[in-house]
Amino acid sequence: MSEAELIETLSSHDFFRGLSETDLAKLAAVATEIEFASGKVVFKENGTADAAYAIVSGAIALELDVSARDLIVQTLYDGEMLGWGWLYPPYRWSFSAIAIEPVRMIRFDAEQLRTLLDNDCGLGYEVMKRFVGVMTSRLGATRLQLVDFYGNAN
Amino acid sequence: METLTEPAVIDQMTPIPFRVRSVREELSHTFTLELEPPNGGLEFRPGQFTMIYAFGIGEVPISISSSSSKATTILQTIRRTGAVTHALGRLKSGDYVGIRGPFGTPWPMQQIKGRDLLIIGGGIGLAPLRPAIYQAIENRSDYERLVVLYGTRTPDDILFARELREWGERTDITTMITVDAADRGWNGAVGVVTRLIGRVGFDPANTTALVCGPEIMMTVTAERLIDGSSVAPEDIYVTMERNMKCAIGVCGHCQFGGKFICTNGAVFQYPAVAELFDIKGV
Repeated sequence: MSEAELIETLSSHDFFRGLSETDLAKLAAVATEIEFASGKVVFKENGTADAAYAIVSGAIALELDVSARDLIVQTLYDGEMLGWGWLYPPYRWSFSAIAIEPVRMIRFDAEQLRTLLDNDCGLGYEVMKRFVGVMTSRLGATRLQLVDFYGNAN
Repeated sequence: METLTEPAVIDQMTPIPFRVRSVREELSHTFTLELEPPNGGLEFRPGQFTMIYAFGIGEVPISISSSSSKATTILQTIRRTGAVTHALGRLKSGDYVGIRGPFGTPWPMQQIKGRDLLIIGGGIGLAPLRPAIYQAIENRSDYERLVVLYGTRTPDDILFARELREWGERTDITTMITVDAADRGWNGAVGVVTRLIGRVGFDPANTTALVCGPEIMMTVTAERLIDGSSVAPEDIYVTMERNMKCAIGVCGHCQFGGKFICTNGAVFQYPAVAELFDIKGV
């Protein structure tokens, strides 16, 4: 995928929608397109979080290793970002990610992305703001799953 | 075979004997009774409920879960939670239950013709919604988009799984299922049911949502529709449950704020009950 195509893909991705062409170009400069076939592991729990991923198409299952059982706790789809372990030390993934359909994603080199966001405060703040929104939404959803309202309902 | 005679006087507090034609186990804790009305049919509208009497044990309010256009028998899907529902679950073909009703307000199927229909169920909440889904399918041209979203605990807790699969294979219905957690091998969605809302297309200005499930699920779903998708609150309908005894607005057991679930509901427009969800103990 050319840089122009990367910029176009990012501009229509829900997470990056509304960023300027200039900012999209900076992000595209540290990104590549990547694909995973159904069933392939994108990364493993406790692995090094060396990349950020934006899902363009397909579906990813987030799994936790719970007492020798692989428990799917969430599925993510096009327009969503896959995790944020790359954002803060020790840069580890807190879950595994498995493609449950053929998946196409934009992969950002984590170190280059962190450097870009550190040096460009405006872009850095905008990206962090969006990630806070994602985290807030996922935390709220997780709390609802913890409530187990189907199990407690009469 | 013993024949139960009809009572000489029919009133709303007298149960009518219905014969159990079949009992179907749906899930480990949920079953469906197929009941034969004595006079060949029972007229009801989607969303209404009956009071089912397990003779000698007690009565419970249960929504009818079958099609209202095929009323020679009715289906009532029941979760085992107490003495009465456990007793109903021990019934066999040929046994009898007592039925009062139908009672309650129905889903507004006539008023919402020509609109997108978004049906969102959680857990056993799919049972009261199924008659509405049947009516929409049987009169498909009366409605625009038909979307069915269903959430439950795990893949083993999916109610009416075969029908959900059949609806999912139709091109004129969008059906999506999500569970709260699953083992590897489940290739469907995992997450709360509200996450499915953003994945389906509908016209918020021309959409009516019918929502049924645990109260917290109905609350967060309504809030997501209003805040996240700009659906008007009055275009969202929920169905409430409370302890019902008389079902005719006399005993007060089902009082919910200033309303009686049995006569003012069980189906309500969301604004009519929204503030009551936040009041503990109501």
